[in-house]
Amino acid sequence: MFRRLSDTGEAMLPFTLDGLPAEGRAGDTVAAALLALGHLACRHSAVGGVERGPYCMMGLCFDCLVEIDGQGNRQGCLTLLRPGMAIRLQPGRRALGQ
Amino acid sequence: MTLLQDIGALAEIYDVAIVGAGPAGMAAAVTARAQGLSVVVLDRGFAAGGQIYRGLGNSPLAGRRDLLGPDYWKGEALLDDFLGCGADALHQASVWYLDASRCLGVSQGGAARIIAPRHVILATGAMERPMPIPGWDLPGVMTAGAAQILLKTSALVASDAVLVGDGPLLWLLAAQYLAAGVPPKALITTTPRRRLAQVAGAIPGFLASPYAAKGLALLWRVRRQVRVLDGSGGVEIRQHAGRLQVRHHGGAEEIGADHVLLHQGVVPEVNLARAAGCPMVWQATSGCWAPQVDAWGNTGLTGIAVAGDGAGIRGAEAAAVAGRLAAREATRALGVITGAVRDAQSAADIRALRRLQRGRDFLDRLFAPSPSQRAGSPEAMACRCEEVTGATLRRAVAETRAAGPNQLKAYTRCGMGPCQGRLCGLTVGEVLAQHQGRSPAEVGYFRLRPPVFPLSLAEMASMPTLEEEEGRANRP
Repeated sequence: MFRRLSDTGEAMLPFTLDGLPAEGRAGDTVAAALLALGHLACRHSAVGGVERGPYCMMGLCFDCLVEIDGQGNRQGCLTLLRPGMAIRLQPGRRALGQ
Repeated sequence: MTLLQDIGALAEIYDVAIVGAGPAGMAAAVTARAQGLSVVVLDRGFAAGGQIYRGLGNSPLAGRRDLLGPDYWKGEALLDDFLGCGADALHQASVWYLDASRCLGVSQGGAARIIAPRHVILATGAMERPMPIPGWDLPGVMTAGAAQILLKTSALVASDAVLVGDGPLLWLLAAQYLAAGVPPKALITTTPRRRLAQVAGAIPGFLASPYAAKGLALLWRVRRQVRVLDGSGGVEIRQHAGRLQVRHHGGAEEIGADHVLLHQGVVPEVNLARAAGCPMVWQATSGCWAPQVDAWGNTGLTGIAVAGDGAGIRGAEAAAVAGRLAAREATRALGVITGAVRDAQSAADIRALRRLQRGRDFLDRLFAPSPSQRAGSPEAMACRCEEVTGATLRRAVAETRAAGPNQLKAYTRCGMGPCQGRLCGLTVGEVLAQHQGRSPAEVGYFRLRPPVFPLSLAEMASMPTLEEEEGRANRP
């Protein structure tokens, strides 16, 4: 698990994960918020359908892809968490039009 | 610094466009502005700092400065200078195109544009070398750099973590976790045991360097408090009962962990320079590619320079110095100052660079991964995106007699995914080189083409037409 050291009182940001209520902290990326909640995997891979999660956290590996507000293939590590975001773990290859 | 809200706020013409807002990019911007040039900094991050100074202006650990260590907070002076320098800055921006005529394609916030700056300084920095060991693609396995980013930006520490690999960053992370009161469960070093003896000749140079005292103190602190397993090759990670299990050669036991954090050094992030057509050189000691640059960062393409770790790994302080040198050279190239003025202004920086270079040779040679580590394990995923294993690569090399990386890519799809070869390119080169008995320099690299970051059709469609761009340029 990840442990949060900060006690500087960042605001809690509500969002939904696969339709269920969840919370992150102001300053979190989407990828960081999911990791902090214990979701080490955020998607199933496009080719083999195996679980994958964030690897580099700096926008290069593309393993942190999630669906955000209906749009798939978003890099969770390059997206700041905003209150009210609807985030879904990404099931394999993104379908056309999503 | 003027923070641009969107891509439409970019001016038509800049004297200098800088790609990346790490130490090299920030220092280049400050220096170019001081010479009176108009400057835009295009950066993928949320704020200035790059990866080394990530989150520096808004740290959740501002109340616990000891935790990240003095080298991190040292960046504050540069950050302050940058914020006050009057450059335009566009964050969360991806530069996906650059050509020899300095047309530069950038996207941000779902829109894209092409701008044509007079001079370009690439300050794209470094990335961690791919570490293709079995299980490196499992959830819960990340790079040490990723763990550090989580610490800097969200104050998150992985409890129950095993660190694997070697190099300054891995030891620094272990020390930071210790300072946070969450010691790593174990640190498995992968540098071959005989390596220290092999590089003994470079030790005196290292001891006289600015890195020695700091590095040795760090090593001692970690070794005293963390279980360190030395020189373990053949590390494998598997998933079992919801946990990761780490096995290493020579160790009978498996170590269970929630997180495994990997690191075997950093290499220049060169995709943009390469796609732009900058001539590249193979750096044999550190086993990576870098753009060919002169002392001022000039590449083989007129008006395109590379500064900082993107031109070869020398660390954050040297990156800032290189950024200043590249900015003064840009000022000279644009006719604002003479070569003699540039030289005079740069004398102290050139001396500083020489000092910072001392000891790096030792670090490069000490921590260089072995040939088998560079080629990766056959059982490991070589290309994470297209899920091509090392064994598949090797079979394809043997069966198809692929001459180079591009053919291998066509046969196996390695390097064809969204990361665009960043996490497999070096591995593919090593596998080919070792099979053919050549050096990676001779084998070459993937032919990279823009866009070097994925660009959506919507972003492309948002681009102004030629007529619109011309109309904008003709406006008084």
